[in-house]
Amino acid sequence: MEENLKEICKVIRKDIITMIHQAGSGHPGGSLSAVELMVGLYFNKMKHNPKQPGWGERDRFFLSKGHACPVHYSVLARSGYYPVEELNSLRKLGSCLQGHPNFCRLPGLESSSGSLGQGLSIANGVALAAKMDDKNFRIYCLLGDGELNEGQVWEAMMTSAHHKLNNICAIVDYNKVQLDGPISSIKELSPLSDKWKAFNWNVIEIDGHHMKQVLDAYDAAAHCKDKPSVIIAHTIKGKGISFMENKAEWHGKAPNAQELELALAELK
Amino acid sequence: MEIKNKPTRDGYGEALLILGETNKNVVVLDADVAKSTRADWFSDKYPERFIDMGIAEQDMLGTAAGLSIAGKIPFVSTYGVFLAGRAWDQIRTTICYSNLNVKLGGAHGGISVGPDGATHQGLEEVAIMRVLPNMTVVVPCDAIETKKATLAAAAMYGPCYLRFGREAVPIVTEENTPFEIGKGYVLKDGKDVSIIANGSMVFEALRASEELQKEGIEARVINLHTVKPIDENILIKAAYDTGAIVTAEEHQITGGMGSAVAEIVSRNQPVPIEMIGIFDTFGESGTPDELMTKYGLTYLDIIKAAKRVIERK
Ligand SMILES: Cc1ncc(C[n+]2csc(CCOP(=O)(O)OP(=O)(O)O)c2C)c(N)n1
Repeated sequence: MEENLKEICKVIRKDIITMIHQAGSGHPGGSLSAVELMVGLYFNKMKHNPKQPGWGERDRFFLSKGHACPVHYSVLARSGYYPVEELNSLRKLGSCLQGHPNFCRLPGLESSSGSLGQGLSIANGVALAAKMDDKNFRIYCLLGDGELNEGQVWEAMMTSAHHKLNNICAIVDYNKVQLDGPISSIKELSPLSDKWKAFNWNVIEIDGHHMKQVLDAYDAAAHCKDKPSVIIAHTIKGKGISFMENKAEWHGKAPNAQELELALAELK
Repeated sequence: MEIKNKPTRDGYGEALLILGETNKNVVVLDADVAKSTRADWFSDKYPERFIDMGIAEQDMLGTAAGLSIAGKIPFVSTYGVFLAGRAWDQIRTTICYSNLNVKLGGAHGGISVGPDGATHQGLEEVAIMRVLPNMTVVVPCDAIETKKATLAAAAMYGPCYLRFGREAVPIVTEENTPFEIGKGYVLKDGKDVSIIANGSMVFEALRASEELQKEGIEARVINLHTVKPIDENILIKAAYDTGAIVTAEEHQITGGMGSAVAEIVSRNQPVPIEMIGIFDTFGESGTPDELMTKYGLTYLDIIKAAKRVIERK
């Protein structure tokens, strides 16, 4: 099972860099760091039906850090929401795969995103509606660590905790790098777990590239009944491609043909 | 005629109570100002469908977006400056871009908010809301029309901004006056000039037309409650029939209803236009009447503008 998921991760990573190369622009760093987190959800933990994206009982996933859509687009295609060939159309005129996700254009999305800091609020709204309607689905929301600079995220953290939204599972892709450079040189986040704990969240801290830890974390989150849960996933920006790892310059840059070849060779 | 006064926000509160009864999907969100917006009337009766988000406007708009995605019809209210201004990007990118069914109740629109001063006087909301694709913008003229507009907003699909005021203003419509989002209507006919108004300025426009009549000037008065989608036909017809237009609104001239009228008239049936509104300045503290007078928002100002614009024909 985990071996199988690890294989899928490789496929997703190849998709990400290939589609960004073809588009000529896009965000590889924060897409690559989230691969295990996303694969663990879509290929194992989440209840969903690619043939029926609007199925009422499905678990919901919100990509708050919209710029990392290449990983989401690839995971959705590989799950069967639309043909894998569509990935070639990323960022092209008329494409369903907009540079940042557009809810109206693509089945499988729960919201539009691209303006950082907003996803957890939206997830809370869905979670509150689920409580009102006695629905049991779970709501996941992936956030960037740089994204936590946004005040709205902390407003939303208070909302989830105040309403004891145990159907919420936030995930922080803690890759320690944002756009301009390292988190530590821009606005220090640590002690990050303590901050979430102080906001009354159930905190689960893991290695976000370790598939077993990822899967166990989703289970632990589902078991917590009195609080919302957050998975603080320590990750590496650009994970899997040596020359991209931990480099802010690969936050939002497309690999050229030569770099693509090198990268694909590393993912063999 | 006997004039009754009532704040437009009361119409919002009354409509929410009706919706609470008739539509189980309606939920109301507020940012710690429920008493001012009249959302507290709803929360007293339907606490399980009311969420006080605290002083967190951006989070409130995002939460409303999520509720609408899950099939609810959220009404979100706070002062217009904070609703439209502080959460503009949330309204733009999360709500309008996805065409979500979120209703925005913008209280305290206009300079007549009074002593709280410029920070609380919404004078820009119409401009910054009407530029957004998918958004509907309504500025009702009295409490009865606000009630109808709120019910109509619940009945339509898509984001809708309702603007209402703090002070009691004269009731100029009746329960059976027709109201349809996107359709202005003629309150009084005339052939010499058209006065196009919304919100609290509709009453001033009617009063101006009565005074003008005494001088032999026949003014058509149009209530343009919906700024977007705008009623092009009624505007083009007004320009064609009367050859001169005065617009009157409790809002910045730049980008407001008057600008929207000019956009239509200039492209279809160009005629001279004079605009009554706030001229690129912030408000200040004072009583509502003092402010309306100082900032040129009374029937007297409309009369002068009507005479000026007729001269320019
Ligand atoms: C509100 C907003 N401000 C700025 C940006 C531009 N921007 C896109 S990605 C990014 C950095 C995000 O860093 P992080 O959340 O750490 O993402 P990751 O490292 O996971 O890619 C910035 C500033 C944006 N998309 N939205």
